[in-house]
Amino acid sequence: MDLRFTPEEEAFRAEVRAFLDDNLSDDLVRKNRNSAALSKADMEDWHAKLNTKGWLAATWPSEYGGTGWGAVERHIFEEECALANAPRTVPFGLNMLGPVLIKFGTEAQKAEILPRILDGSDWWCQGYSEPGAGSDLASLKTRAVREGDAYVINGQKTWTTLGQYANKIFCLVRTSNEGKPQEGISFVLVDMDTPGVELRPIRLLEGGYEVNEVFFTDVHVPVANLVGQENKGWTIAKYLLTHERTNIAGVGFSTRDLDKLKMLSQTLVRGGRPLSQDPLFAAEMTEVEIDLEALRIMNLRMLSAAKEGAASGTQSSMLKIKGTVIRQRILSLTRSALGSAAAPFPADELPENVLSVPEEAARAAASYFNNRKLSIFGGSNEIQRNIIAKDLFGG
Amino acid sequence: MDFNLTEDRQMLSDTVRRYLADQYDFKVRTAATASAPYHSAEKWEELSELGLIAAFVAQDKGGFGGTGFDIATVFEELGRGLCPEPMLAALMSARVAADCGAQTLVDEMIMGTRRFAFAVFEPDADGLSLIRASADKSDDGWVLNGRKSVVYGLPGADGVLVAARVEAEIGLFLVETPETIDYAMIDGGGAGELILDNTPAICLVEDAIQSIKASLDAGRLALCAEAVGVMQVLVDMTVEYLKQRKQFGRPIASFQALQHRAVDMAIEIEQCRSIAILAASKLGTDQAEKYVAMAKNLIGRAGTMIAEESIQLHGGIGMTWEYPGSHYAKRLVMIDHQLGDRYAQLQRVIEM
Repeated sequence: MDLRFTPEEEAFRAEVRAFLDDNLSDDLVRKNRNSAALSKADMEDWHAKLNTKGWLAATWPSEYGGTGWGAVERHIFEEECALANAPRTVPFGLNMLGPVLIKFGTEAQKAEILPRILDGSDWWCQGYSEPGAGSDLASLKTRAVREGDAYVINGQKTWTTLGQYANKIFCLVRTSNEGKPQEGISFVLVDMDTPGVELRPIRLLEGGYEVNEVFFTDVHVPVANLVGQENKGWTIAKYLLTHERTNIAGVGFSTRDLDKLKMLSQTLVRGGRPLSQDPLFAAEMTEVEIDLEALRIMNLRMLSAAKEGAASGTQSSMLKIKGTVIRQRILSLTRSALGSAAAPFPADELPENVLSVPEEAARAAASYFNNRKLSIFGGSNEIQRNIIAKDLFGG
Repeated sequence: MDFNLTEDRQMLSDTVRRYLADQYDFKVRTAATASAPYHSAEKWEELSELGLIAAFVAQDKGGFGGTGFDIATVFEELGRGLCPEPMLAALMSARVAADCGAQTLVDEMIMGTRRFAFAVFEPDADGLSLIRASADKSDDGWVLNGRKSVVYGLPGADGVLVAARVEAEIGLFLVETPETIDYAMIDGGGAGELILDNTPAICLVEDAIQSIKASLDAGRLALCAEAVGVMQVLVDMTVEYLKQRKQFGRPIASFQALQHRAVDMAIEIEQCRSIAILAASKLGTDQAEKYVAMAKNLIGRAGTMIAEESIQLHGGIGMTWEYPGSHYAKRLVMIDHQLGDRYAQLQRVIEM
């Protein structure tokens, strides 16, 4: 047993810190610390900075312009980024489509698409879920019918994150109704400006706009936009979902958010004393800190297993459940910490200092409500429990 | 023992429920809460014409109710209808004014000619002993100085009843032309900051601490009853959604793991309803403080659990603005932030 990182890994951590120190603008840090929405330009600028350093595609091999990092480097990078209040990279091109093309794409697809993800020419979004196909993704109904050298697509996708900024969408479509539902699915790439593609915003409960519905009406897509083989898209879909699960525990984000909560608890006053001295609140805050310490080591144990090629789906499901529950608990306590001052809405449009709460806490309630999504998206925690149960009980 | 509503209260309950169902649907609510004063002046008038404010006041003060059960009956229906009207402020204002003998004000409130907000808490002052806003005699009356924070129903109010320090006591004052910073709340309705800067005021009572405490407890009871109404709708919606949502070729309600989650929500409602009844029965007695605090603690805990579970069991739909359930969930969570949350109530119970 040795819980330390190697000297090489520690050196890498120092390099990441130095990079973040030099490249993160105060404005971006402030937005992230305040849980404010980032603009398209904010995200593009950050991608460009990472790309210049060669650190944008953390999950790609170096021959495609990726970092070639292993699981430990990725972990260190993500953790340092979270702690520094750096933006997350937009995952759809980098962590989803990129790895899929590298594994299943043709040489032509790789040569054309991967560089455009890196240099920001394309912004990809995801067309997976449908109104009737969420947890049961294989029941998806959006149809693609072959007509000459084109597919004609009809149907609807939903929960398409940041689709409003995207010029491209990768989709799972039904190309056959034969056999099991999983057997008739294909993976195709679509230009968002193709006639018949229509995007409609979905407003979230806290008022934010980050997801969309995407409608397809007689959308003609060249057959060359198929990735892998026709009717073999389910294999790709599953491969992509395992990549979606990188950094699934979100330990860095929880650590950052807990630090913020602890800082707030020393500033905010309850019953005439700092909240940190309120035994009832302090007890809950400390319990979640204990949970997070355990999760940190659980995450490293599983990271270590992954390094040795022994990672399992069960482990990543456990990390997802525990990681999201802990983060949501921290955000719930942060909301509670504000007391009655959590109510104003939208908090960031109020004149400065109206509420006498630190600006990084003003959006605490909105952030809490928004992050209820953590236990729903990327495979709900119920679906993760099914995966673990299958492992425990067989079947 | 009889846990049924009396005939009068059943009528009151039916009246409020029918009015909100017919006149205050989700569209009306969305429009009303979108801009200042973050509620509908027109609907407010109609609600006061129904006699709601009179129901908060005892007969000898010009009302027709005033017991814990009268308050709970109205607020459970306001919760069920997710009504964003400033009724909490009206309840507390009417109670404190009646208790302080400001009968003219009470009559105006009951008639619906004037609507008041009730300003007690301040930045860094979530308890009465911490109040810093002060009242001083001036040449022609009183002036107030200080600041009141997150005052419910402040936007558009015809006046504010303000708790302010008069030497060692806490007095109750009327500010008729308040300086305010108004805002919407994340769960609907409006609130604001009250700026007191040599603000002229009328003194209602120089020592009002007991009346203020009692009105706050009436407000807490009201929030508990409102929460029960909100919870019931959320659980009903969740059960209905589980029954109609199909995945893997069958309604997801057929999965026992999900059924049990809904069952736990249903059990919590019964607990909440029970403790709200207990608290209502104690209002106006010397045990009110304790049982109201107990109720608000339990309802704060259960409310957050029910809100979170309802969102989770709905999946993505429960996260959307378009789905009314998400607004019920927001209200339920934010009720815990009003008039002292579950930690504050627990502390009160421990100290009693």
